[in-house]
Amino acid sequence: MEHFFSVLGIWLGVLFTFAIFSFLYKDNPVYKVAEQIFVGLSAGYWFVYTIYFILIPNLFDPLINDFAGNWIKLIPAVLGIMMLMRLMPKTGWVSRFPIALVIGTTSGVFFLRYLKSDVINQLTATMMNPFTGGDWVVIIGQIMLIVGTLTGVIYFYFSKKHEGAFGATAKVGIYFLMISFGAAFGYTAMARISLLIGRLQFLLGDWLGIISP
Amino acid sequence: MKRKIPLLITFLVGVIIIISEFIPHKPFGQISGELEKWYLIIAGFAIILGQLSLFKVNLFKIRHRQKNWQFFILTLLSFILMVSIGIFWGTENHPGIFGNGETISNTIGTKPFDYLFDNVYQNLQATMFSLLAFFIASAAYRAFIARTLESSLLLVAAILVMLGNTSLGSALTGWLPESLKFLHLPRISEFIMKYPTTAGQRAIMIGAAFGIIGSSLRIILGIERSYLGGK
Repeated sequence: MEHFFSVLGIWLGVLFTFAIFSFLYKDNPVYKVAEQIFVGLSAGYWFVYTIYFILIPNLFDPLINDFAGNWIKLIPAVLGIMMLMRLMPKTGWVSRFPIALVIGTTSGVFFLRYLKSDVINQLTATMMNPFTGGDWVVIIGQIMLIVGTLTGVIYFYFSKKHEGAFGATAKVGIYFLMISFGAAFGYTAMARISLLIGRLQFLLGDWLGIISP
Repeated sequence: MKRKIPLLITFLVGVIIIISEFIPHKPFGQISGELEKWYLIIAGFAIILGQLSLFKVNLFKIRHRQKNWQFFILTLLSFILMVSIGIFWGTENHPGIFGNGETISNTIGTKPFDYLFDNVYQNLQATMFSLLAFFIASAAYRAFIARTLESSLLLVAAILVMLGNTSLGSALTGWLPESLKFLHLPRISEFIMKYPTTAGQRAIMIGAAFGIIGSSLRIILGIERSYLGGK
């Protein structure tokens, strides 16, 4: 019986793989069926994940196992239920209170996190002596790193018109950004192609057995 | 009251979190830690709100016979199926309300939730994303036209990075002598990723971070209020 379900699982996978690939021809009902099943399963998966991996360990388990020591968790529980009241139009305004807490926490955390990791740490990493640390290739690279970062940041300064020396500097910044976008595009394309190869391996290996998995 | 109290909550919570970074002692450190735990719980409820909202929207479409409404029945059915089997028989490491469903697990070889996840959800997800390989190729055809210096840089960087990460790139320049090793395609690709790309990414990160910091301050100070809804 287990073997039957194993084979059935592969056939289900094949069926849905072809259903999604049918979109390459054109949008069609078979694709729409697979798409909607994907949306439903995805929502269901995250629903179950949230219950088992967020709410049970952080809320229900502490309350059940040691209520006296964790009664304060009733406050976020009540706020969470208030959040769900957004589903009803008449009581939707109640959800503003938990949203305010979430937005306030996120703002505070993001303010600190981005200030440290994306501003201070990045600036610290850029403030280096480019003429140390290796051969001429490394030195050229390090100079490019400093020039690229500075000119790139200048490009993002839109409070001053990009003309004259300022505009020329910003233009150099654009060149670095273009190289960055090109490399990112190359990597994304490769990642997608490797996913496609994975699907072909599934079809030719797991399903048809033409190639060894 | 319906707007002022939420604004006050946002202000107080945001300020406490920021202060706790500079004064990590009682009571700020403790309150900040507790607030972050609360955040996790409320965010969990927010995720559930999102799923229930999706359910509600789809139900509305079906009830009002909107365009392609038949397909939304499948969305609801697959949602109900995944949630039911997840709650009834649990996931790989968590028992559900009916326990671990040993009888079903012995029959199909794994828990029903994991069976559905491995055989349907994962295949759908991987195929959906692999579909982008075709569209990214057509996007590249349109984007990679070397009309200007900027687009040429984009094109050259993408080609060098892609070639440098494949065996073809390595084979094309593998014959180069030691003195010209820096022209070896994998090394050029590595150079591009390590220096100019990092510089560009760093500039984007710094620029975006200033934007996020500014937005956070606007929210904490109550200048930005759109999250409360209305005007």
